Amino acid sequence: MDKFVKFDGLVAPLDRNNVDTDAIIPKQFLKSIKRSGFGPNAFDEWRYMDHGEPGMDNSQRPLNPNFVLNQQRYQGASILLTRSNFGCGSSREHAPWALGDYGFKVILAESFADIFFNNCFKNGILPLVLPKAEIDALFGLTEYSPGFKLTVDLAQQQVVRPDGHVIPFQVDPFRKECLLNGWDDIGLTLRHADKIREFEDRRKQQLPWLFA
Amino acid sequence: MPQTLYDKLWDSHVVHQEADGTALIYIDRHLVHEVTSPQAFEGLKLAGRKPWRVSSIVATADHNTPTDHWDEGIKDPVSRQQVETLDANIREVGALAYFPFKDLRQGIVHVVGPENGATLPGMTVVCGDSHTSTHGAFACMAHGIGTSEVEHVLATQCLIQKKSKSMLIRVEGRLGKGVTAKDVALAIIGRIGTAGGTGYALEFGGSAIRGLSMEGRMTLCNMAIEAGARLGLVAVDENTINYLRDRPFSPRGAAWDQAVDYWRTLHSDAGACFDCTVDLRAEDILPQVTWGTSPEMVVPVTAAVPNPAREADPVKREGMERAIQYMGLTPDAPIQSIKIDKVFIGSCTNSRIEDLRQAAAVLKGRKKADSVKLALAVPGSGLVKRQAEAEGLDKIFVAAGFEWREPGCSMCLAMNADRLEPGERCASTSNRNFEGRQGPGGRTHLVSPAMAAAAAIAGHFADVRDIL
Ligand code: SF4
Repeated sequence: MDKFVKFDGLVAPLDRNNVDTDAIIPKQFLKSIKRSGFGPNAFDEWRYMDHGEPGMDNSQRPLNPNFVLNQQRYQGASILLTRSNFGCGSSREHAPWALGDYGFKVILAESFADIFFNNCFKNGILPLVLPKAEIDALFGLTEYSPGFKLTVDLAQQQVVRPDGHVIPFQVDPFRKECLLNGWDDIGLTLRHADKIREFEDRRKQQLPWLFA
Repeated sequence: MPQTLYDKLWDSHVVHQEADGTALIYIDRHLVHEVTSPQAFEGLKLAGRKPWRVSSIVATADHNTPTDHWDEGIKDPVSRQQVETLDANIREVGALAYFPFKDLRQGIVHVVGPENGATLPGMTVVCGDSHTSTHGAFACMAHGIGTSEVEHVLATQCLIQKKSKSMLIRVEGRLGKGVTAKDVALAIIGRIGTAGGTGYALEFGGSAIRGLSMEGRMTLCNMAIEAGARLGLVAVDENTINYLRDRPFSPRGAAWDQAVDYWRTLHSDAGACFDCTVDLRAEDILPQVTWGTSPEMVVPVTAAVPNPAREADPVKREGMERAIQYMGLTPDAPIQSIKIDKVFIGSCTNSRIEDLRQAAAVLKGRKKADSVKLALAVPGSGLVKRQAEAEGLDKIFVAAGFEWREPGCSMCLAMNADRLEPGERCASTSNRNFEGRQGPGGRTHLVSPAMAAAAAIAGHFADVRDIL
């Protein structure tokens, strides 16, 4: 996993409550044998005018002009601004895969569904819970100031608006350390690589037939 | 202090433990199949990591492979892609053993592991499939894992785990004629419920369990997951050791003797303390038939479909009503009056040689009822198939009107072409009777192979004890 460094990112608004994982990545894309490449199908049903299936050339599909993420001004966004209970529904890890592949690194919301929240950290995405008043203000700013960007500073645990207003946030210290260092679960376990190797060597001596 | 078998297995695999009890557990055997591995291999590659120990990997294709017309390959493009991806991944990464589609030793991963001696006592065994509990029959700490965990095991040879509580399920006495391990498993689930084992590692003990063959113990441990447990265990005894002698990956010579000495320690010590104990008497267990859409909805073949009107608990009553409606049954109707459309003998629960022998013993010299549209016998692996054919079992099945198929998961989960049509009713030796499991709208009744054979002959459920 890439290390999470302080960055300035373009903000895209998705002004809805209860965006579920089936909306984030519809179930027909779960048949895939891959975990990458889901970006073009993120929010597929809202984003395109036709019905999407795996294997289609998405660049040829008619875009829905009314879907906010299709607006020119939000292309290249890396911060998603949304409302409450984002990521509810099925536990599919394809949802954070799709959002990450789309280019989102941070999701700002009033609240998140639990499994989705955890799955984000596992995949290098920072989900941040902010107070409703801050979220409301950010929706206003995003709409009225084209090219609106935020600075996300995980080390300092703050989001900084261009006008200098600082929004502090909470994050589990352990999760924070993992993101800052680019550790996923595997990376964490591999910190114990020496211990694993030692254990393995001992086991090889005691029960050699297991390693034949 | 006396230890349970689970304690011994757990302790011998802890690599590292955090203060809160979260532990890194070393994995000895990693079984891999085509459905749950592609994203794990891709994740590994994307992160630029290498597998920790490829000699722990035993791979086969089973869930998607067709069970007939092998000459035509795999027609469904999604299935074919999964199988081809497994081929490519294993070719690139390597493995202790790989049994690809059409290989003589290919088959259901939980049949293939043990019969090749790739599952050995004292191991931790994982696979991206919930029925990995099967391998507990060999005193292995064996359980299913998700795709992220498959990747974790590939990369680190470890899993992050917390220890479960322990439950002893003791079955004393002798099983009656026509009563099999499957009936014991269903009777246990009927007793403790599908959530009864949640949070527990089950150990099956008692004279009736010691009397079971290894095949029977695998059937029992296979169903531990349906009782909500992560894993099931049976202690090592002479049956275990005899089964493993001379299997392809079993140790040989001096290593064999050393292994056997160790294996003999793999049992719960006298006086070991379990968090919970459940007792059943073997004599009380009759051939079982599930009537509903959960394995706990089960009764003896001599009973009738339960009547929800007599259930006091409103939540349970509603569940029963829904199940009876889905299954198209009438409350209080005798189980033996229920007519069936199809019969499936197979799955990782009941597709081993002994299962086929038990079914064939019932079918010999008989024919399936004309009203039974399709009867499938699907051996669990190429080796099982060959053994059955050497014993002439295939001829008995075919003479009885069964189709004798190539190995695979088949109609257990209807991922390949074998499936039920809406409303069709099946006597099945598999492990899950959930709505739509064997095809949308299909109705599954779980039974033993002998009971499935008896139902095939009668055209409705029948008490196999009357036939034997
Ligand atoms: S036979 Fe059925 S339960 Fe067993 S591994 Fe195959 S699909 Fe899963």
